[in-house]
Amino acid sequence: MERVELAGALRESQALKRQVEAASGVSLSDCYQCGKCSAGCPVAAWMDYTPRQVIRLLQLGLGEDALKSHTPWLCASCQACYTRCPREVNLPRLMEAVRQEARRRGMINEKKVDIFDQAFLSSVERYGRAHEMGLIIQYNLQSGQPFKDALLAPPLLFKGKISPFPMKIRDVADVKNIFARARAKGGGRH
Amino acid sequence: MKYAYYPGCSLEATAKEYNQSAKIVARHLGVELWEIPDWSCCGATAAHNNDHLLSLALPARNLALAEAEGLDVAVPCAACFNRLRAAEAAVRESESMRTTISEIIGRDYRATNRTRALLDVMVNEVGLEKIKEQVVKPLAGLKLAAYYGCLLVRPPKLTAFDDPEDPTTMDHLIQALGGEAVSWSYKTECCGGSLATARTDIGVRMIFQILRHARDAGAEGIVTACPLCFLNLDMRQNQAAASHGEQINLPIFYFTELMGIALGYAPKDLGLTTHFVNPVPMLEARDILRHPATRRETA
Repeated sequence: MERVELAGALRESQALKRQVEAASGVSLSDCYQCGKCSAGCPVAAWMDYTPRQVIRLLQLGLGEDALKSHTPWLCASCQACYTRCPREVNLPRLMEAVRQEARRRGMINEKKVDIFDQAFLSSVERYGRAHEMGLIIQYNLQSGQPFKDALLAPPLLFKGKISPFPMKIRDVADVKNIFARARAKGGGRH
Repeated sequence: MKYAYYPGCSLEATAKEYNQSAKIVARHLGVELWEIPDWSCCGATAAHNNDHLLSLALPARNLALAEAEGLDVAVPCAACFNRLRAAEAAVRESESMRTTISEIIGRDYRATNRTRALLDVMVNEVGLEKIKEQVVKPLAGLKLAAYYGCLLVRPPKLTAFDDPEDPTTMDHLIQALGGEAVSWSYKTECCGGSLATARTDIGVRMIFQILRHARDAGAEGIVTACPLCFLNLDMRQNQAAASHGEQINLPIFYFTELMGIALGYAPKDLGLTTHFVNPVPMLEARDILRHPATRRETA
């Protein structure tokens, strides 16, 4: 990271700070940087910034770096950090807000994670339920790894655990409407 | 005792054993499960990662259908349970959120009913004493690691069920069925969820740690209440072990399957024959599938 002048950075990043605070319901100043979140985070070993560092970046007005981070995309939402935080900072919600803002700006930092989520949601919008086999095929094709886990498919089919045919609910329109109305209301806001 | 039943998508597919065994043991213990007609997906992680309102509205549709019948909802899947609870809490805590969600789902939803984890219903409503009375094939001291994962117990404000760091509900159930719950430190560690698919390199390492710690604690099997935990630990067990140059052969169970075995049902009816790591040979070797009166002396 290059040298930054923090006072200026803080002024210029107010909008982003307010944006993620409003979307997540988290007050960034609640965090006093004890690091308990990151000590217990099961995915921290593979993150570029620890969860504590992501909050620090936002506190210091360096939110642009938080938006570039892979951390919000790797967060498994296991809720260990939020459960243990002495200040009850809802870190998983904050990670979601950062990730959604990054996505809006076209910064999809973990493409495969995003492709999986979008495949999942499109399956639910189309059928009313997640169709596991269909969404995995879509995920594999879109992520450019058509044969990923291909060896698992025959036993899953043989055991009757996946089906090539989706379980479509009767009132799919009801679920499609939920997607449409949630979109119309601007989605991710708190 | 009657509940609206929300199986969730996995229970129709990769977790069909959970559905089969849950229905069998519920019927046996006098818990009536009324499956929510035309239920839809809760949105899971994908929804809350991408759209907060959608992640509350998708579960709310199902809760509203149950509320119209005046029923609390029993949910086997830990992930669905967590999402349904999140929707319930958001609507109960805020009048404006109640209005917003009702508008999005196109039905009135007031969160007057409660979402319960099926494990919670079994242990705290049916009760361990009643379950114990019904046991005809006790688990013969089988050493089992109760694996709670994340979403059944966290965040505690939402789940309001057991201790988030050292939960014991499933441990007590194992004991009531005649098994032995081992003491281990990974009972609430995350399996990585869908990272196993999107970032398999990370997922398999998280899965391996859970398997290894259970094995090292002397467990002969792992018990779960979550379809995704089960799938990761069972289907990806070979892959996870191989990525660390090891071999692990640890059967994974849904708690309802073990209840079914102890209550005297056949492995096939409960779905135990469709696991990747076949648990039947181990149950046979420990002579658990026979009535105690006819079990071998050495067992």
